[in-house]
Amino acid sequence: MTQEEMQQAAPDAITVLLCGVGGQGTILAADLLAKAALEAGYVVKVSEIHGMSQRGGAVTTVVRFGRGRVASMVADAGTADCVVSFERMEALRNLAYVKEGGYLLVADERIKPLPVAAGLVKAPTDLDKRLEATEATIIPAGQIARAAGSPKSANVVLLGALATRLDFPLDVWKDVIAKRVPPKTVEANLAAFDEGYNFAREAALGAPDQA
Amino acid sequence: MILMSGNEAIAQGAWEAGATIGVAYPGTPSTETLENFALKNGVYAEWCVNEKVAVEVGVGASAAGARVLATMKHVGVNVAADPLFTAAYTGVNGGLVVLAADDPGMYSSQNEQDSHWYARAACIPMFDPADSAEALAFTRDAFDVSERFDVPVFIRSTVRVSHTKTPVEIGERNEYVRKPYESNPAKYVMMPAYAKPRRIDQLKRVADLKEWVETCQYNVRFDRSNEIGIICAGATYQHVEEALADASVFKLGVTWPLPERALRDFASSVDRVYVVEEGSRFLTESVSALGISLASPLHPVPEAGELSPGIIRASFGRELPTHQDAPENLPGRPPALCAGCPHRVVFKELSRMRAIVTGDIGCYTLAALPPLAAMDTCLDMGASVSMAHGFELAMADKEHRPVVAVIGDSTFAHSGLSSLISTVYNKGCGTVCVLDNRTTAMTGRQGNPFNGETLQHRPSRELDLEGVVRAIGVEDVQVIDPNDMRAVRGALKRATQTDDISVLIFRSPCILIDRVRKPAYEVTDACRACGVCPTLGCPAISTDEQTGVASIDPNQCIGCGQCSQYCGFSAIRQTQA
Repeated sequence: MTQEEMQQAAPDAITVLLCGVGGQGTILAADLLAKAALEAGYVVKVSEIHGMSQRGGAVTTVVRFGRGRVASMVADAGTADCVVSFERMEALRNLAYVKEGGYLLVADERIKPLPVAAGLVKAPTDLDKRLEATEATIIPAGQIARAAGSPKSANVVLLGALATRLDFPLDVWKDVIAKRVPPKTVEANLAAFDEGYNFAREAALGAPDQA
Repeated sequence: MILMSGNEAIAQGAWEAGATIGVAYPGTPSTETLENFALKNGVYAEWCVNEKVAVEVGVGASAAGARVLATMKHVGVNVAADPLFTAAYTGVNGGLVVLAADDPGMYSSQNEQDSHWYARAACIPMFDPADSAEALAFTRDAFDVSERFDVPVFIRSTVRVSHTKTPVEIGERNEYVRKPYESNPAKYVMMPAYAKPRRIDQLKRVADLKEWVETCQYNVRFDRSNEIGIICAGATYQHVEEALADASVFKLGVTWPLPERALRDFASSVDRVYVVEEGSRFLTESVSALGISLASPLHPVPEAGELSPGIIRASFGRELPTHQDAPENLPGRPPALCAGCPHRVVFKELSRMRAIVTGDIGCYTLAALPPLAAMDTCLDMGASVSMAHGFELAMADKEHRPVVAVIGDSTFAHSGLSSLISTVYNKGCGTVCVLDNRTTAMTGRQGNPFNGETLQHRPSRELDLEGVVRAIGVEDVQVIDPNDMRAVRGALKRATQTDDISVLIFRSPCILIDRVRKPAYEVTDACRACGVCPTLGCPAISTDEQTGVASIDPNQCIGCGQCSQYCGFSAIRQTQA
């Protein structure tokens, strides 16, 4: 960064926190979001965690972008404009990050944490109710991805949903996705993106108080 | 503009500076640095067996006139400290730049030590980039600084610099011509007669560096307030900008040596000056030692863990945003050994036989977590073997549970080998399990001497693990397939009952190497909900909360069949693809 850029105090940046379970593709989704933001003319930072936490543990990746400069690369409680969760329980785990007026996009996936699966601890029974109370947009991302012909593109479905809330041109999104996914899956991924976009737009229209 | 992680940017900076040689041992969060450097044109890069060796190769190449990048995680600097402290006497010929990548918050490390202390202790100047653009520029320039002052130079990063992608402009490569080498024992032979004058030279060099750092371009001052001034560096600077946007800031790009006069000037321009730093009190103590009187925030900035803008705001008594609270009673989601990990059965059996297990650094440390809960200790690279010897020595006076060391192939090559030599030399007993998964798995499947793969895919040779262990003098060496429960159980039982040292090599490749999947297993109606298979801690196996009946997720199961060997009711069988 240049001296002049640094001299400006940090203005408001948009913060998206992506969370899920190691192996679900949060890092790829964050990468695609960051590239799209860059192409859309934003300054971007994307912060990942590698290593031990990736082995099936809870993971978070933060993408921040702004028109001026973006200072910190991490999110605090109450600072995320959007939390995109790849799994229902992880959405609740990261609920505190959502800022007032922010929103939560959640893939309708359930992955039992190992201690629950192994019968070591019990999961609370009211989690569905808790999630419902957050007014999150629940997206059947896996189902949409399979219907689009690419079961692994649930992450792209979620990006489609996120795209309804951001001002990046759709061409930019599609270009970035097409360049990054395996060549054979470009069409299916673009279809997954469109379906995610349509689903979220309809969900927003269906709930006028949220619009 | 392109997005680059700090690690990619450091590799790019080294390449632009004309570095031709890169050396490292992988370790989070440093690993991708050398992996990226290795992909560039006109460079040679290698994984060394450990960080000490890497730095020594680097010092040799530097003396011979090449520009060299050496990279490691913070705890790797401990391993490399021996050559580094004396390389700070010999100095360099070609520039030598060493990345120390710290892990505040311990995302993937056993401690969160602050590498700044090494800079001060070894008199090695340290750059502290705050984003990828700085990581690139500072690394590139660090080679010039290294040659100008005849000293190795540290680049210090943290997880949030190394693993944050930010925009950078890349540049051209400086076609650096290797400097000629001429023998110079007075510079490179550090025996007392030559080291004493080099020590005097070092002190002169430190004085020169202190003069240079006063006005160097890497320290930047932002005057925004005459009330509050913050001294900070690295990723912490970014958090400070976010948290205290109205404060004046002295951003240190070089954190050792400190610019004494410039900091004094800054301190006198504000009513109250603070240091905000992560993970230690290095800067606080160093700035205080300059005679600058530091103010204390309302609440102390926590010394443990990673910082964030919110933590800094809270310390300074600033308002925090309101938010909903996450449910308190959510079950944790710890990481686990992969479904199909070939070494799960070894831990299950160690747990079953109630062994005292001295563990080591790698993914297998995850076996310490329930339900396997099969580890007593984990300290540092190679410690499993030496700590097992210590346990045996102390407990020799009484009958005791079997003591078993567990170490991965790459960790064994890193420093387990020297521990084993020491145990054998001292006629130690016990059992050492080498979990040979043919790769350095935790950091992303890098090559190592025992799989014979090199960083740039040059032909190599596989080191003969059994042969090496036998040559050390271990007579009881056995190679076992760790996927075979009866073989594992039998081998552990036999080895722990002998009075001599035994080395069991459990050899089976990490499932992430070839990602071969066999037809998944399934649980049939014969399941009696006995609860044995979930104790393997396999992410593919779960039990019904009401009935306790087990099930296997066909998407996660890779068909290893380990669980079926534990089913007493023959209720787990392989599907027909």
